[in-house]
Amino acid sequence: MSEDLFDIWVYLSTTPLLGLTMTLVAYQGGMWIYQRAGMNPLLNPVLIAVLVLVGLLMMTGTDYQTYFEGAQFVHFMLGPATVALAVPLYQQFQKVRKSFAVILVSIFAGSVTAVLSAVAIAWALGASESTLISLAPKSVTAPIAMGIAQAAGGVASLTAVLVILTGILGAVLGPWVLNALRIKDWRARGLAMGTASHGIGTARAFQVNAVAGAFASLAMGLNGLATAVLLPMLLALFF
Amino acid sequence: MTLGFITMLLVYQLVGEVIARGLGLALPGPVIGMALLFFTLVVRKDLPEGLKSTVEGLLKHLSLLFVPAGVGVMLHLHLLQDEWQAVSLALVVSTVATIAVTALVMVGLCRLSHNTGEGEGCGPDGDANKEGQKHV
Repeated sequence: MSEDLFDIWVYLSTTPLLGLTMTLVAYQGGMWIYQRAGMNPLLNPVLIAVLVLVGLLMMTGTDYQTYFEGAQFVHFMLGPATVALAVPLYQQFQKVRKSFAVILVSIFAGSVTAVLSAVAIAWALGASESTLISLAPKSVTAPIAMGIAQAAGGVASLTAVLVILTGILGAVLGPWVLNALRIKDWRARGLAMGTASHGIGTARAFQVNAVAGAFASLAMGLNGLATAVLLPMLLALFF
Repeated sequence: MTLGFITMLLVYQLVGEVIARGLGLALPGPVIGMALLFFTLVVRKDLPEGLKSTVEGLLKHLSLLFVPAGVGVMLHLHLLQDEWQAVSLALVVSTVATIAVTALVMVGLCRLSHNTGEGEGCGPDGDANKEGQKHV
């Protein structure tokens, strides 16, 4: 009996079906926990899914390439999804045309701060070059950040994890920072959350105020564009 | 989800890749595709209903899409093991600094453009200073 099971496992572990199904199941499990916990940013569904999958792969001695043969079908959709981000960006842009110049300058300032402060601190503490490049786009929404990191010579999967951690940090620390600075304007609060912590910060902003959410989502898209353009120049300061 | 609009997204991505490779830009192809689609929409001044619903379907589970890459961190655990102190300090300080700088610059610029009377400043409706409202 156990030998039959083992044969089935040997067969399944080499087909793409298993990696693909595991990815979907783990993500939905993470989503279920996240929603049960009142959307607590600390219980991020992607982080849960990644931890569960890495654990499973290590326990069963499956290598990443075998897993990725199945998971690549999900991964492939990142490209079209990144292009699709133009639509919400356009919808938010329609609402804020009047103050667009102010918004652009603010996001530019935030974008430069995000890259320079992160790279400078990690560089001073002796992080390696590939870690620094992977860390640099950490405030940008994951699909764009991974593309930026890869194009600049970083490690895209490390970037994915750092991006998620940054999102969680922003969602948890952001309200506290903004209150300490006595920022009461919902637009500025939303813009700051979206610039620093992309989709996870935007989700947090939407939970509290629709105006803040709209500005956060605009900031998320624009910061992706800004960082993609600025990053090669900013990295040139260090290497 | 309409096949036509899915094809459209792929065509924009493809054009983006061609531009990125052709000009040797350090920009990811999909980001160029996104910028091109954004400018197309701004010029057209119209968002087709079919594109809107296709995109909503695709973006509804956006975060699922970076799970496979996230799992790839298992190949680089040694990086995190060796450099977790540098990385975590950088993440915390940089996130706080980015939030502070972005919000302060925006509030400062709004006040400035309001005082000089140029344009409409940042317009009304941004003041969150209402009783009983929880802050983000």
